Amino acid sequence: MFPEIFNAWFAARGWRPRPHQLALVDHAMRGESVLLVAPTGGGKTLAGFLPSLIDLAQKPKRARKAALHTLYISPLKALAVDVARNLETPAAEMALDIRIETRTGDTPLSRRQRQRHLPPDILLTTPEQLALLIAHPRAGQMFENLRTVVLDELHALYNSKRGDLLALGLARLSALAPAHRRVGLSATVKDPALLQRFLVPQRAGTEYLSELVVARGGARPEIEISASEEYVPWAGHLARHAMADVMAAIKTATTALVFVNTRSQAERTFQELWQLNDDNLPIALHHGSLAPEQRRKVEAAMTRGSLRAVVATSTLDLGIDWGAVDKVICIGAPKGAARLVQRIGRANHRLDEPSRALLVPANRFEVLECHAARAAVLAGELDGERPRAGGLDVLAQHVLGTACAAPFDAAALYEEVRSAAPYAALTRRDFDAVVDFVATGGYALRAYDRYARLRATPDGKYRLAHPRLAQQYRLNVGVIVEDPMVAIKLQGKGRPAGAGGRKLGELEEYFIEQLSPGDTFVFAGDVLRFEALREDAAYVTRASDPEAEIPSYNGGKFPLSTFLAQRVREMVSNPKSWAELPGPVNEWLAIQEARSTIPLPGQLLVETFPRNKRHYLCCYPFEGRLAHQTLGMLLTRRLERGNFRPLGFVANEYALCVWAARDMAAAKMDALFDQDMLGDDLDAWLADSNLYKRTFRNCAIIAGLIQRRFPGQEKSGKQVTFSSDLIYDVLRAHEPDHVLLRATYADAGTGLLDIARLSDMLARIKGRIVTRRLERVSPLAVPALLEIDKQMVAGAVDEDILHENEDALIRDAMRVE
Amino acid sequence: MWNDLIINVNGESVLLDALGAAFLPAHRALVVADMHFEKGSSFARTGQFLPPYDSRATLLKLAEAVGRHQPAVVVALGDSFHDGEAGGRIGAEERAMLDALARVAEWVWIAGNHDPKPPAWLGGRTAGEITFGGLTLRHEPHAELHLGEVAGHLHPCATAAKWGRSVRRRCFVSDGLRLVLPAFGAYAGGLDVRETPIAGLFAGPYHAYMLGRTRVYAMAHRKSA
Repeated sequence: MFPEIFNAWFAARGWRPRPHQLALVDHAMRGESVLLVAPTGGGKTLAGFLPSLIDLAQKPKRARKAALHTLYISPLKALAVDVARNLETPAAEMALDIRIETRTGDTPLSRRQRQRHLPPDILLTTPEQLALLIAHPRAGQMFENLRTVVLDELHALYNSKRGDLLALGLARLSALAPAHRRVGLSATVKDPALLQRFLVPQRAGTEYLSELVVARGGARPEIEISASEEYVPWAGHLARHAMADVMAAIKTATTALVFVNTRSQAERTFQELWQLNDDNLPIALHHGSLAPEQRRKVEAAMTRGSLRAVVATSTLDLGIDWGAVDKVICIGAPKGAARLVQRIGRANHRLDEPSRALLVPANRFEVLECHAARAAVLAGELDGERPRAGGLDVLAQHVLGTACAAPFDAAALYEEVRSAAPYAALTRRDFDAVVDFVATGGYALRAYDRYARLRATPDGKYRLAHPRLAQQYRLNVGVIVEDPMVAIKLQGKGRPAGAGGRKLGELEEYFIEQLSPGDTFVFAGDVLRFEALREDAAYVTRASDPEAEIPSYNGGKFPLSTFLAQRVREMVSNPKSWAELPGPVNEWLAIQEARSTIPLPGQLLVETFPRNKRHYLCCYPFEGRLAHQTLGMLLTRRLERGNFRPLGFVANEYALCVWAARDMAAAKMDALFDQDMLGDDLDAWLADSNLYKRTFRNCAIIAGLIQRRFPGQEKSGKQVTFSSDLIYDVLRAHEPDHVLLRATYADAGTGLLDIARLSDMLARIKGRIVTRRLERVSPLAVPALLEIDKQMVAGAVDEDILHENEDALIRDAMRVE
Repeated sequence: MWNDLIINVNGESVLLDALGAAFLPAHRALVVADMHFEKGSSFARTGQFLPPYDSRATLLKLAEAVGRHQPAVVVALGDSFHDGEAGGRIGAEERAMLDALARVAEWVWIAGNHDPKPPAWLGGRTAGEITFGGLTLRHEPHAELHLGEVAGHLHPCATAAKWGRSVRRRCFVSDGLRLVLPAFGAYAGGLDVRETPIAGLFAGPYHAYMLGRTRVYAMAHRKSA
């Protein structure tokens, strides 16, 4: 079944086709869609393309018309470009007459137009570009001969809004090219069935799965955990104490990737390493806020092999192979086993040699987390993901895109959409509400019928009301919503703010807004002094003071996974497992056991104790900061009603501590932690939550209610861009059941607020709360309490911030009651 | 409990209401700026369907302020209607709300750049500016200092930060010589008080009076270099 030319090519390279590569060719011959699960370094991408190359090789170009044969979709455009380059090698060496092209936002317009009329044999692109391609009136012609779709890094896409967009695009492709089959390529996942389901069309009532091929695992990774027997910090995320270990590890490697969890950590780590870098090793920095030219420079130096280490955030979790990387160093909490596997896999892309990794916990809880994560990885256990239902906001975007291509029949489109796995359970009522939203905004007060974007055709279909809307759609396509960003410009000292300056990169607007002139912070490897915010940029100068005052921008985006949390809890509950921990951590847990207690598996420990004239309540759910913050908000509301006079709370990944004017030991803990807090209390709190408003903003942009900002059409003097908060307030007050608010609520469940996880936790601990009334603070409570000065959240925090900033003289002199 | 703040502008007492309206007790005049009725529906013409409830939300807030202060006269400081056709688009229910408000107080509609000509059906009288004692009420502040000028147009907002978070709110701005009102409309945007169009109005230090949930917060501002 393998054409001779391919056998010869493998032989010439000294290779033999791997079993999973052969299996994929087999499935292709039978016309079956298939998911390939393989570790990095297993020749996964080649396996995905082999059947297409074989098929194309057997049909000489002369004998076929110019038609798209294989469509490849990757989550990263850089990966699409890289894979295209790698694919050229076998094609050239076997002298296959195949045209391979990429299509990304960077592809010149002329080539993009040509690709529609004269498509290449193989096109490599992203989910967003697929959405644009199918929204074109000529999409039918372009895809009519499509045979194969290859979805790379599917594990990173399928359970996200980008996955929703991709699934809807694939459903459209099924209508345009019913004969095509799909190949999914994935890293090792806990539950491949979820991805197998994503790959093939679903039909009401039955679950359909693609075929599955699982490649043999690679060599077991070698994972070290850096540990000091003398000192393990109680709190913090910088791991300053371990930087000498990190530097030593870099020196023993050819090239090291140093992963951290946040951009501010990346900045700090980069600085710390350079202070120790007596040999002047080439060490670079890479994160999403740096100017693109700067990132590309680092990537190019990496490809050339001229760097010894790169300090990076999740921007380098996926992507291009760098052969020279032979050590991965992870600073801070691993957050999840799958994530750790992914990062470790970035070292050594050869299957038979072990990847080498060093984990560097920055505090005591992170020590536990690192040990739990290593045990999970070595046991081959991974985090599961909570499957989410397809977003109604993404569907709204897709419905408009569908109308851009051609008029659609609502009933037929509903069936097509439900064939996409994330939308298999979509009700007709929700679908109709989304179509109504796209047409006129979907408001009960039918105010906009005369401006409708979709109009009925004589044969009962919906058509686009105006071609201008197609242009708007193209500008707003995609589901990645960036936070509003502000450019950072560096000026010489003494220059007036707002004049000139070199652009260093961009930072979130909400970070910049909390700065006052004179504040210092770290960015792009420098300590900077904030001077002024002007319409176009934030102006900064170099600070002479090496200590930056403002600690962080953008906290960790990824919460501790449910699976890893479970393993950490088990570890804490089992004193026998403490032996492998470093001395100070072992001792810490032992004293906790003596002074308070160690909860049994399944229990939630709640401690109360007085300290500095305040009363504290601390609990340890290990469910991640987001879920804990939501829990903190809800608990303080209840404590308020119970007249305990709560004053504030602090949450970290592992614990939640509330403080109050009265002793909370008197509270009935079972009632306090009852699941019914997720009813009215939650609703009341959500109305004002900034995180919830941000969730709404994302949904509103994706659904097309508000349009994206583009460079060049920024703030024009006084009428600033439309604030989504204003829309949210009005919509919530006047039409609380609107489809966009329902989409926001669904999002909040799994997104920024982690309500679903909180709900699971409350169910799990019901009847299993163990309380301890202590005379003083417990060892386990210390790390969270140490964070109190760095963050402070209280019930009415916005009003508190106003109060703190007020000119007290005026307040006292001028207030009338 | 509702707390208001009384400040002095050019010798006149001005009560700043956390809803974003100013009340002149000596003249029983309630002043609101930049209501931008039907801003939402003005976007619908280009296919952007903002919730069509902004005029209603603004009017409900206005009715609350009128109920609270029982003014003899209500002054709308211009840009009350978002555009020339807004008066035609506004819903019947909202028009009835406006009519009801017009029955309890005298109305003065100051012309703004968005609504040089207010709708013909509107009750009350129209004016370019109006004077109450030491205060002159107009839509757009003059670039040079006019003592006692009370204006809108600029939609001032201010930011307060603490604990790594910031809060942005609409605000009144005054140095005791002149006063700029926040926009009252539900969909009106904002301009930071540190930006030149606002900061440039004041020669010395000034205060931003930020709107809280139930009270107004006074924040000191000094011009940076």
